Amino acid sequence: MTSPLEQKKIRIAGPSVVTANRTWDGIVVYRTAAKSWSAELSEAAIVRNSDEAKALLAEAVADDVGAIGPYIAPVQIGDDGKVLPGNLREQIRRTGVTIGQPAQV
Amino acid sequence: MYAYDEIDRTLVNERVSEFRDQVKRRLSGELTEDEFKILRLQNGVYLQLHAYMFRVAIPYGTLATNQMRALAHVARKYDRGYGHFTTRQNIQFNWIKLAELPDALEDLAKVGIHAMQTSGNNMRNVTSDQWAGVAPGEIEDPRIWSELIRQHTTLHPEFSFLPRKFKIAITASDHDRAAIKIHDIGLRLIKNEKGETGFEVLVGGGLGRTPFIAKTIKHFVHGRDILSYIEAILRVYNQYGRRDNIYKARIKILVHELGIEKFSREVEDEWQHIRNSSLQLDDEVIEDIRSRFTYPAYEKLPHMPDELRQAAADPDFEAWRKNSVAPHKVQGYSIVTISLKPTGGPPGDATAEQMDALADLADKYSFGEIRVGHEQNLALPHVAKRDLPALWKALDKLGLATPNVNLITDIIACPGLDYCSLANARSIPIAQELTRRFANHELANLIGRLHINISGCINACGHHHVGHIGILGVEKNGEEVYQITIGGRADENAALGTLIGPGVKFDEVADVVEDIVEAYLALRERPEELFMDTVKRLGVEPFKERVYATR
Amino acid sequence: MPLVNGGKIVDDSFVKLAVDTPLPEGGDILVPAERFFGEADVLLKRSGKVGVIWPNNRDIAELVPYLGKVAAVALVFPTFRDGRAYSQARLLRERYNYRGELRATGQVLRDQFVFMLRAGFDAFEVKKQADAEAFMQTAKRYSVFYQPTGDGRITALHRRMQLRHSEGVGT
Ligand code: HEM
Ligand code: SF4
Repeated sequence: MTSPLEQKKIRIAGPSVVTANRTWDGIVVYRTAAKSWSAELSEAAIVRNSDEAKALLAEAVADDVGAIGPYIAPVQIGDDGKVLPGNLREQIRRTGVTIGQPAQV
Repeated sequence: MYAYDEIDRTLVNERVSEFRDQVKRRLSGELTEDEFKILRLQNGVYLQLHAYMFRVAIPYGTLATNQMRALAHVARKYDRGYGHFTTRQNIQFNWIKLAELPDALEDLAKVGIHAMQTSGNNMRNVTSDQWAGVAPGEIEDPRIWSELIRQHTTLHPEFSFLPRKFKIAITASDHDRAAIKIHDIGLRLIKNEKGETGFEVLVGGGLGRTPFIAKTIKHFVHGRDILSYIEAILRVYNQYGRRDNIYKARIKILVHELGIEKFSREVEDEWQHIRNSSLQLDDEVIEDIRSRFTYPAYEKLPHMPDELRQAAADPDFEAWRKNSVAPHKVQGYSIVTISLKPTGGPPGDATAEQMDALADLADKYSFGEIRVGHEQNLALPHVAKRDLPALWKALDKLGLATPNVNLITDIIACPGLDYCSLANARSIPIAQELTRRFANHELANLIGRLHINISGCINACGHHHVGHIGILGVEKNGEEVYQITIGGRADENAALGTLIGPGVKFDEVADVVEDIVEAYLALRERPEELFMDTVKRLGVEPFKERVYATR
Repeated sequence: MPLVNGGKIVDDSFVKLAVDTPLPEGGDILVPAERFFGEADVLLKRSGKVGVIWPNNRDIAELVPYLGKVAAVALVFPTFRDGRAYSQARLLRERYNYRGELRATGQVLRDQFVFMLRAGFDAFEVKKQADAEAFMQTAKRYSVFYQPTGDGRITALHRRMQLRHSEGVGT
């Protein structure tokens, strides 16, 4: 796979975060402003333009031991400032499968 | 069932300890993800949306009960209490932690299960007919050959870094339950005029972005030469298969670009060099593998026991028996398919409790053996007919007696956007909704044999191209949209489906399928004309009209 | 980049020449295939040893007329995902009976050593020092092999036959 940094241009359409999966257990994590990873979307660093996005991604990619496959994902910011996933895929990553897990049914 | 010996066990253990070391190096940062990725893929570890996914091989679909219990154990201890049986005789666990994977592998190795080459660009799990060894009229048990090929392809020093993944399937029956025509190599076991065992070899099948039905490359390869012939194909592919474009890297593209004649000449040339080498299988070696497959000590039982005659009065039992129970080569026994497609459930999923309970039932009623088929169902291969009523009751208690095998709700679906990082759209909820729409057994029965296959993206893990009705999820302006094809099939008459028109939205898919089914019911000549035959007779037009008339 | 040969880290006597590097007076050299063919006579008359760097997309059969004359063949793994050189290696050893040094170059990591040894490589330009140091240990990782290759190790199928026969003798 080509590294996300090799993409010529990084364009974002609105507020975004950098997300990945934590290396040792695979869970969904978000890059924080404190240069670490958090499982809470609310703790994610929000970027609003391409330069910020690029910088945050570069820094996340460098932490290859911490998390894998980092990429930029859209978020929506509610009126109350609450951060919500920006599309269905991210919604599913955030809240889990939409189908009920059989062991719980 | 194949019994591992010390040699097989040693190899699996050596593999586990190698992977343990690789995981350790990864977690310490000695290996980058880029370097590690291939190593984990070669051990069946993908990254999905929520976590790592762990794919475990069930070679030629045969499981012993202690192995099934080990899978249940892994589901419980290392995962979230369930597993997903796939279309290629594998099982996947969706929530595994990388740091714990070596332990899970070690637990599985104790019962002779491994995850070697269940993903990555190497030779994948060799699959076969889930009824191998018990189907009436079968020429010979194809698992003997599957096992020989499994061993030969495991950790192959030359072909572990192929241009792309490579899948082999084998069948030995007239009716192809192994879908050999959509495999990179499909092998059809046959006998020549002298009565010797060999194979018709097909090559270049595959689904994905550019689907192809496999073509015959050689009409008869003697059994003793099968390893050298496969080796010749692989050597040609390894050298000439495209590596510049991942979508053009499968052998199907090479076969297509060279043409089957040129490709087969290349293979033939290579084969002549290696045919009389140590790859040739002596009878003694084949017999040795054969001797390690054991068959149950069947009893002499009546064709129609009293228990079965009495149970026939119960319509629920009869409904189940009619579509779940198939003839066995030994009188008095049957093959029982266990539907993993309950109404409203994700196709192919089984909980740890179900797996354990099934293992118990297999011990009691099926000589300790379980099978896994490409339709994402399980089977008990040796059930005495007199035990069918008791087995049915027990399965029903476990939620495993849905009487829908081969009916419209026996749906194949890939994980789709609920799990898979490559997905464009969800597959499972579509399947769930369809099983609810067609939950009425009389209706499903009236419709008859009809396979719906669903994939969440063009990679076609849900075999949508070869579904009688195929559903492919795509993304359009951030929305899930589904393209619907009809007329595909995966058996010995394998064909690709035809698109019926523009894509439809998530909420409309079930309605469209209902329309297609209604059209079929109105159009079929007689009740016995199956859906795919009506489509063949009339083409897609009448269905298209029906679906799009009101949309 | 450490070179492992005969299982040990050794000094590399070969100097790699590009297509246009001036030819040194003496010493062992490894030259790209296209240069080798261009000046084979000159190169082979020099005092030092000559080896060829063979790209993984060129038919190895072209080298056959020279196999008795070159001291080393270096095959290339542009990435470790690209496995073409394994086939070239086996052809050199098993079909063309090449007996000189067969060197793996490019992205060579510890996790390929067993495969490479089985395919006939005996020299390894290893990317990471730690991997080179772990060579012997890694090479011994497997004791069971399912496929026959030119390395002559007994396959599982045949080992079973042997075991069976020896048991047969015992009873
Ligand atoms: C994270 C999960 C999965 C990923 C990332 C994945 C990835 C892929 C990809 C990339 C292809 C296309 C390969 C090509 O054409 O070169 C493919 C094909 C295929 N996958 Fe999956 N897959 C996943 C899960 C599954 C599951 C759950 C099943 C079974 C239910 C499955 C069965 C297949 C089959 C049968 C094909 C066959 C198509 C062919 O051979 O051309 N996969 N998969
Ligand atoms: S078809 Fe696409 S969405 Fe479905 S499992 Fe395969 S890769 Fe994922």
